[in-house]
Amino acid sequence: MTSFRLDQGGLIDRNTPLNFRFDGKAYQGFQGDTLASALLANGVQLMGRSFKYHRPRGVYGSGSEEPNALMTVGRGQEQESNLRATMIDLYEGLDAQSQNAWPSLKTDIMAVNSLLSAFLPAGFYYKIFLGSANFWLLPEYFIRRAAGLGRPNELANEDDYQHHFTHCDVLVVGSGLSGVAAALAAARSGASVTLVDEHDKLGGQGLWREAAQREWLHEALAELADYPKVRLMSRTTAWGHYDDNMVACVQVEGDPGKPLSAHQPRARAWHIRAKRVIYATGAIERPLVFANNDRPGVMLAHAGAAFAGKFGVLVGKSLVLATNNDDGYSSARLLADAGAQVHLLEARDQVSEALQDSLKGSNVELSLGQTVLSAKGGSNGVSAAEIGGLDGKSSRLINCDGVLSSGGWSPSIHLHSHTGGKAEWRDDLQAFVPGKRLQEGVAVGAAAGLFATHEALASGWQQGITAAQDLGHSVSAGHAPTLDIASIETSPIMPLWSNPKPRKVKGKAFVDFQNDAGSSDVVMANQEGYRSVEHLKRYTTLGMGTDQGKTANINGHALLAQAQGRAIAEVGTTTFRPPYTPLTLGAFGGPHVGASFAPIRRTPMHDLHQDAGASFVEAGMWMRAEWYTRDDEDMWASIKREARQVRQAVAMCDVSTLGKIDVQGPDAQEFIQRLYCNGMKTLAIGKVRYGLMLRDDGIVFDDGTVARLADNHYYMTTTTANAAAVLAHMEYHLDVVWPELKVRVASITDQWAGMAVAGPRSRDMLQAALPHIDMSNEGLPFMGFVDTELNGLPVRVLRISFSGELAYEVHTPARFGPQVWQALSETGKDFGLMPYGTEALGALRIEKGHVAGGELDGRTTPADMGLGKMVAKKKDFIGRLGLLREGLNKADRPTLVGIMPADGRSNVIAGSQLTEEGQVGGFGSMTKSLGWISSAHFSVEHDCFVALGFIDKGSERIGQTLFAASPVDDEHLPVNIVSPHMIDPQGERQYG
Amino acid sequence: MMLIPCPWCGERSENEFTYIGDARRKRPDTSALEVSDATLQAHSDYVFLRDNPKGWHQEYWQHTSGCRAHFKVERNVVDHRIRASVKADEELPTFPEGR
Ligand SMILES: [Zn+2]
Repeated sequence: MTSFRLDQGGLIDRNTPLNFRFDGKAYQGFQGDTLASALLANGVQLMGRSFKYHRPRGVYGSGSEEPNALMTVGRGQEQESNLRATMIDLYEGLDAQSQNAWPSLKTDIMAVNSLLSAFLPAGFYYKIFLGSANFWLLPEYFIRRAAGLGRPNELANEDDYQHHFTHCDVLVVGSGLSGVAAALAAARSGASVTLVDEHDKLGGQGLWREAAQREWLHEALAELADYPKVRLMSRTTAWGHYDDNMVACVQVEGDPGKPLSAHQPRARAWHIRAKRVIYATGAIERPLVFANNDRPGVMLAHAGAAFAGKFGVLVGKSLVLATNNDDGYSSARLLADAGAQVHLLEARDQVSEALQDSLKGSNVELSLGQTVLSAKGGSNGVSAAEIGGLDGKSSRLINCDGVLSSGGWSPSIHLHSHTGGKAEWRDDLQAFVPGKRLQEGVAVGAAAGLFATHEALASGWQQGITAAQDLGHSVSAGHAPTLDIASIETSPIMPLWSNPKPRKVKGKAFVDFQNDAGSSDVVMANQEGYRSVEHLKRYTTLGMGTDQGKTANINGHALLAQAQGRAIAEVGTTTFRPPYTPLTLGAFGGPHVGASFAPIRRTPMHDLHQDAGASFVEAGMWMRAEWYTRDDEDMWASIKREARQVRQAVAMCDVSTLGKIDVQGPDAQEFIQRLYCNGMKTLAIGKVRYGLMLRDDGIVFDDGTVARLADNHYYMTTTTANAAAVLAHMEYHLDVVWPELKVRVASITDQWAGMAVAGPRSRDMLQAALPHIDMSNEGLPFMGFVDTELNGLPVRVLRISFSGELAYEVHTPARFGPQVWQALSETGKDFGLMPYGTEALGALRIEKGHVAGGELDGRTTPADMGLGKMVAKKKDFIGRLGLLREGLNKADRPTLVGIMPADGRSNVIAGSQLTEEGQVGGFGSMTKSLGWISSAHFSVEHDCFVALGFIDKGSERIGQTLFAASPVDDEHLPVNIVSPHMIDPQGERQYG
Repeated sequence: MMLIPCPWCGERSENEFTYIGDARRKRPDTSALEVSDATLQAHSDYVFLRDNPKGWHQEYWQHTSGCRAHFKVERNVVDHRIRASVKADEELPTFPEGR
């Protein structure tokens, strides 16, 4: 291994050395290095082990295309895995570890997989599953341990991530020559411009390729930085292009693995809405496919050039560089100028004189009609290359310490592809370029297949001006930039997808390094019938993984086309989908984690419940008191005490979470009539009525109460869960179906607090609290309400019951909720009042046979729930025609029943199936289900569990003993089917 | 993420809206207590049948996190372009075949 740091050159700061560690060993690099360049400078070539075979791997690229050099960086809280060494900017104290190797990178015992590669062929996972399921378990045991990427950090991520939203006229993605030209043209024209680039420095490869390019970039970027309407963003990856030019970006703020400074986010997610998007995303070089092309020390020609030009690191002193296109020449020249001896193998027999002349005066030896056939070397680098003609016969071995290849360039058309844009094959470039587009995004420079400097500049400039002018900006941008760089007559690229393998050479020729997919795997997949590129991808995993085949796809698809004797354009390419590169999940979550994940809704009386010892349960976004613990009670003791108090004295429950809707207008009565399936016309002012709402298909949607406040004014309640859906349902019918109805609706859920006061002593208690009101059965009969004042606070007292007891609800504007609750609690002391939670509430309504969420499950009709008689015959309503459907009127539909354990003590499980057979075998056994249990709870009245459920011909089965089977719990319990009204079937308590 | 033009509020981001569905289906008048087979059929079509055209589609959206109004848009379901948006009780303009 001979790569070393050059004395000069590169964009690094040699005055700022940085200490870092890799696999525990200390090294030094410079400010401006990436982890990859710093490791190479220290002679470290072995950077990882491959996913499947654990083959030793070195760095292959120099940017976000990197398939091999995946690292885990940082320790403890900061540890982050699967980062590309080429994209990690070096910092003082960086601590990196290799992945997928045990016990160490150098002596990875899993490398035995490499020898077993015959047993891990393409489509291995498909094939193994064709055998018996048990056979899978053996290889699975080993593969789970052997294959894999880095380990995720299992500690909670405490880092801060931010979300940002911004707009601009023109978004330019990529800050190479074409991108900067586009940004400058648009900015000079008067447009607002955002320029993003994934690297830490803006400017792209022009910063280190040619002095003229660098000078122009520096000037242009300095000018851009002065425009107030221009935003320049480095370390920002535009990873997805969505509808209407919404481009999603992630900006790396805190270096991975490094503790954050105060108020510093780890990353920022940007949602940029642009009127025009310009893709100056460049192109990605692809390798030539030859035997052992995955050895450390083998890499892309461009990467070798970038390490020398950008970082001042020479990847070898004696290099073999194989190419089939003109770009290999500039890489060869740059490497030779940096001090390497380069043997340039040109696959083409003929190239232009000018191209050959471009090497004049450099230490490059050119051989035409030659290419590399195999690399020789181990985990610490290459020692020689077998080279020869394309017939593969006349091969010879030459010593070298690095093998580089350029198989052509693939424009980065990912963002164009995200929006549904088509990929178009160009034979002259042997590449896909952006074709038909669906969004206002346009590619420039290399991303559009325009590789030469002057083409890149001109296309960027032109599109920048066009974009600005389209948007009405008309300031003259001046002349297009020109650089003093000679353009050389080009020679067409030679399609070359797989180099011949000399007979004696062993070793795979890799196409996709990260997934260990070789050219032989592509051929095999095709033989086995996986003929589409999408099938090839799934079968061989070619193009999957963290790099998504950035260097592999075109070679793989071309090999597939070759195997089928078809054109590449015909075979096509897989669809690129976001994200462009792997992203940290934290950026997606942003600040919306933990307590900020979703809004928390608290009732006005929340603090009082907390003081009273409430345990809270999340119901939708609401926090509801589920029970109140007293002294050293356990949960069940609290729930039973509260339920018993309702049945025996009086207790109070916060029902503020019920949806409340205010309905007003001259047609309010007609609308309410149509909304509910039961009659509402006769509902008088001062009265409240239970209402059942259907969907248009006849299925029960929601239930609640309707109070008529005035001729044209109603006050509705809905269930907690359906509050938003009911409002939207009403709005839809008013906006769309019956726009002629003069009605307005408004959600007032948050504006009103509510509390249920229930129990045989509730009347006496409320009478004491409201001495000026006649609370007698005559004064406030069942389903009546009254608006009055309690201690000077406005209250609405409604006589309605959910528990089946004599009960009332007291509603008050939200801001008075706590005072009213406290006032009632004070008065209630003499009556034994205590608060009860949702658990007791649920138990009480099940005993009474009142339906709720478990029963309103989107499958049941009013008749199914025993409420068929409620359905009005003499009016039209939503769901009336739906209810006529044959299937909803079958005699054997499951209907509501009550259920009690036959032994009077066992726990009945909601969700159990009701069966006739006693013994249901374990999970997966078969028996006919007659119905199901929809809700279950403990009944204080019966001193045992009770449940509601639905069963075929329910009313005929009352008195039968069946079985409640819950195979997943391995439970089968004899149960008695009873009337759903398990207490007070005549309703004497609530009416009394 | 689409920009949806609410006739009341202007262009707003898709996540403020709820998709409601096909704007060409009409709920039949069901007010007559006697239900004819034709009404039953029309109602059934309204509840259960949806066209799924490739291309332009007239549909209702609700500006749920905005003004809450329902309105009609004509959207191309292939590429999500929206070429017209009107209030719920207005008619969408007609366009020549194709575009
Ligand atoms: Zn709106």
